[in-house]
Amino acid sequence: MSTAVIARARKSLVEAPWQLWTSQFMAILRTEVKKNLWMRRSIWIYLLAFAPAVMFGIHALTSPMGRNCSIAEDTRIFAYVFQIFYLRVGIFFCCMGLFTWLFRGEVVEKSLHYYFLSPVRRQVLVAAKFVAGLITTSLVFGTSVLVCFTFAYGHFGKAGNDFVFNGPGFGQLMSYLLVTVLACLGFGSLFLALSLVFKNPILPGIVILLWETFHAVAPALLQKLSVTFYLKQLCPVTIPPDGIMALFTVVAEPVSPWLAIPGLLCLSIAILIFACLRIRQTEISYLAD
Amino acid sequence: MSCVDNSIVFENVSKFYGEVLGVNRVNLALPPGLTSLVGPNGSGKTTLMNLMTGLVRPTQGRISVLGLTPDQPEEFFRHVGYCTQFDSFPKGLTGFEFIYQFLRLRGLTSAEAARLAGEAIERVNMGPAAHRRVAGYSKGMRQRIRLAQAIAHHPTVLVLDEPLNGLDPMARAESIALFEALAKQGMHVVISSHVLHEVDKISDQVVLMSYGYVVAEGQIHGVRTEVKEHPMQILVRCPKPGLLASRLFSQDHVVEAKLNNDGKGVLVRTKDAEQFYQLLNRIVVEENFPLEAVAPNDDDVNSVYQYLIGSGGGTV
Repeated sequence: MSTAVIARARKSLVEAPWQLWTSQFMAILRTEVKKNLWMRRSIWIYLLAFAPAVMFGIHALTSPMGRNCSIAEDTRIFAYVFQIFYLRVGIFFCCMGLFTWLFRGEVVEKSLHYYFLSPVRRQVLVAAKFVAGLITTSLVFGTSVLVCFTFAYGHFGKAGNDFVFNGPGFGQLMSYLLVTVLACLGFGSLFLALSLVFKNPILPGIVILLWETFHAVAPALLQKLSVTFYLKQLCPVTIPPDGIMALFTVVAEPVSPWLAIPGLLCLSIAILIFACLRIRQTEISYLAD
Repeated sequence: MSCVDNSIVFENVSKFYGEVLGVNRVNLALPPGLTSLVGPNGSGKTTLMNLMTGLVRPTQGRISVLGLTPDQPEEFFRHVGYCTQFDSFPKGLTGFEFIYQFLRLRGLTSAEAARLAGEAIERVNMGPAAHRRVAGYSKGMRQRIRLAQAIAHHPTVLVLDEPLNGLDPMARAESIALFEALAKQGMHVVISSHVLHEVDKISDQVVLMSYGYVVAEGQIHGVRTEVKEHPMQILVRCPKPGLLASRLFSQDHVVEAKLNNDGKGVLVRTKDAEQFYQLLNRIVVEENFPLEAVAPNDDDVNSVYQYLIGSGGGTV
């Protein structure tokens, strides 16, 4: 790349209206977060997110002071619930519902043209809507994980308190919250891009669900194309494969968190860049949709 | 500012939706003033407006608005306002919030956006309903609030797709007066409408469209003059229409001279309006022939529309 090209790129970056873009980003972000959190369609997201909290709440009520259970057992149960329910069902489906609706919803409601007729770069629109979706899902599922964790260890009294604040509990909680945010980031970017490519993203969504569920039986190299692969590496409690899946599971070389987190971020950024390029070609033809 | 920088320019623009033709080989240069796009449903009026504002992209050709393209949205949409035909709104907003929210995207402060939103709402007489939810508005109110949103940032190019649809006669008259006032200020106002007689009264130029093609463009009188297949109709009001008709019959360019039902005028169809007016002048001057009024009878958008499009089309 010649120095002239670099100089031109640098000049355009310096001269770009960053202040305007930031204010537009913030304005869209405020509107979209409000819409995501309060729209009627979001009720099922809350129901799905807080279903485990209800379960752990009932468990806490029926086992006061850790009667009939142990911290080790509850830690294992929490790990199962997190990896099976949160990652593969709750966060996956909520991201599918919310992120595919960010643009498809505007098309269905025939209101996308208002954004397209504003002096807003479409890339800014994609970024703001994505971050709004990320904040919404992270907030809902992060709160849910926090509530579950409180219920899971709160009923053990002092023992639970020691486990969280003087033992590995707090670190585990932070790891779960980090994985929650990363899951929302990874699945969110994937579904946002899908919604800009397919008119009906449900079918490709099902293909992704199957891939994310059964990626463990694929060759080790292919497993690295799965969002869940990176997320599992970051979970503080490992769950060994069991049942029929254990027979077919290909054990891939584990990835360190220092590679898993940047890997997931890079994957998400690549998908978002694709989404930004895609939306530049998007046309408003509501009738065709 | 060069001519191109002050015009809306279409250079050989075509748009296909798959195999369906939207518009084909459109070449236009629209100057400031009020331009009407006229044509039947499916003739390509909305496609032309969507192309102008970047909602759809041309399959071929180039479009620029005041020298700008929608690829520079920050600058482009500072100058352009578009009131589309889509009767839909973001959910849950009041009329005021709807306008305010999109003004905020222009980087305006909250106070400035609120001031401009209030000003635009007053301009379309929606003040009393501004803080009610749009979902509860009548069709005419929704039309007016969309118009307010399109003009709120004081654009220099205003594109309006069927802006008179759903408006009651009072609101229609007010809107027309507003469009005229904006055009007089030097703005580009581009309107598509089916209400031909209203468009006729206010347009500085018209673009007639049929099946995706521009069949005629320019000032309506110029367009009418060019329609050679249909002789011009001129109504002459006078106390002796029979005498006048007999004098006119002897002329080659006069195709028909029909006495009016009230017996106080004659409707003349002529292939050469210029020659007809000269003849009429001679008759009046040399024979002291009394005349009450002379006026073209089909020198309007409606007639041109009928000749070029309504009767199966024609070319200019």
